[in-house]
Amino acid sequence: MSGSYPNDLLYTKDHEWARVDGKVATIGVTRFAVDQLGDVTQVDLPKEGESMSQGDVFGSVESVKAVSDLFAPLTGKVVKVNSPLSESPEYVNEDPYDEGWMIQVEFTKPDELKSLLDADAYQEFLRESAE
Amino acid sequence: MEATSGQPRKTPLYEAHRSLGARMIDFGGWLMPVQYATGIIDEHQATRRAVGLFDVCHMGEVHFRGPRATDAVQRLVTGNIGALPNGHAAYVVACYPDGGIVDDLIVYRFERDHILIVVNAANVAKDVAWFRDNVGTWCEVTDASDETGLLAFQGPLAAQALQPLTDAPLASLKHHDFLPTATVAGVPVTIARTGYTAEDGFELFAPTAEIPRLWSALLEAAAGAGGKPVGLGARDTLRLEGRLSLYGNDLTNQTTPLEAGLGWVVKFEAGEFIGKQALLKQRAEGLSRKLAGFVMVGRGIARHGYPIVDEAGARIGEVTSGGPGPTVGKNIGLGYVPAAKAEPGTRLVVDCRGKMIDAEVVKGAFYRRAV
Repeated sequence: MSGSYPNDLLYTKDHEWARVDGKVATIGVTRFAVDQLGDVTQVDLPKEGESMSQGDVFGSVESVKAVSDLFAPLTGKVVKVNSPLSESPEYVNEDPYDEGWMIQVEFTKPDELKSLLDADAYQEFLRESAE
Repeated sequence: MEATSGQPRKTPLYEAHRSLGARMIDFGGWLMPVQYATGIIDEHQATRRAVGLFDVCHMGEVHFRGPRATDAVQRLVTGNIGALPNGHAAYVVACYPDGGIVDDLIVYRFERDHILIVVNAANVAKDVAWFRDNVGTWCEVTDASDETGLLAFQGPLAAQALQPLTDAPLASLKHHDFLPTATVAGVPVTIARTGYTAEDGFELFAPTAEIPRLWSALLEAAAGAGGKPVGLGARDTLRLEGRLSLYGNDLTNQTTPLEAGLGWVVKFEAGEFIGKQALLKQRAEGLSRKLAGFVMVGRGIARHGYPIVDEAGARIGEVTSGGPGPTVGKNIGLGYVPAAKAEPGTRLVVDCRGKMIDAEVVKGAFYRRAV
């Protein structure tokens, strides 16, 4: 399923993705994460203006069965939050890379981009984890 | 079927679940489907709207046979088994002498000298040992879990979808009645009008070897009625909405049936049973804590193990079950709190991973089916 992991995104081993445009990265969770979570019923996100460091917990996703933390792929400041998710958390299941995005971050440590995985490396990581 | 230590066991339907896109988890020593391809909420709604088919082969079946079988079971459980008619089932609990719960059970009375008890998957070994230790020579206790499979067929359309597969007169089978011998899709079964979903429905016992054939026929019947297979995830949301207890969460050896709101299954007048004196004492002294049902008022989902706190933040109890209620449209839960805090309308606070979220105690089941 090549469409499951778009080539223009960067990925973390915690199953977040980042779409980088200039100094701003849009962040969400991957198809793999969504499949593991099942039906998402609540998404808790930070407020605009909050700062975070790479690896920090920046929010959580509640599915029917469990709650999972979200980890910041990059250090920076939240400049926009996908507020419709509070009313329509199912967007995360239906369209994790587009309507299901979570936050936009103005990142301050561009070097951290090198620590993220490209689509091939992420899928390789998923294959290794499954073994 | 009985779980053993080590690798989780597979029911006869393991391959069938995989082919339906199930995600499998280890539950009570068994590899069971937590959900199929379309997800927990869809499976939940299909059961409320039409019919859901559940593999519950992991549950244990224990037979009591002998002239004093009824006396023996009476001594083990809180229900009035002497007064239970043949062909009728009852929900009961078995207690320890201190009133703590061994397990919650469905007792099926075939005859005065033959009773079947269905026990929770994770408790089979513990229960069988407890039963044997306490019935003495009154009757034989046989663990038939390995050779007995169990499927549940639940939902408002269950009777209409099942009837074409059997000559058994389902309309005359009332809630908690059962037919000891019947045939469904050519398979010899025991059909009971029991379940764990707060819907109408049936549970079908069959020889393990026949389970795949029975499953296929029921799967087709479910699909024809707009239903589908349902995993443990939706089984949990369905039972929680109906406020049906889950052993290991809401019931344990540290809780009594009176505290758990199961006073209605304790029949003090039925005779002597293990735990009776402790429960009589607890009833006379009054309960210090009770299992409360609550709905979340604030934005948050209570989960098993989250603390329940008072306005000042002091811990007063713990959530035993919690999650979204897809049909009631609210986040719901159960938890033990001081008796004074268990009154309907009482405001509670649930510590959801450090966020203090308001909840309100409600009376009775969160969901009741239309009759």
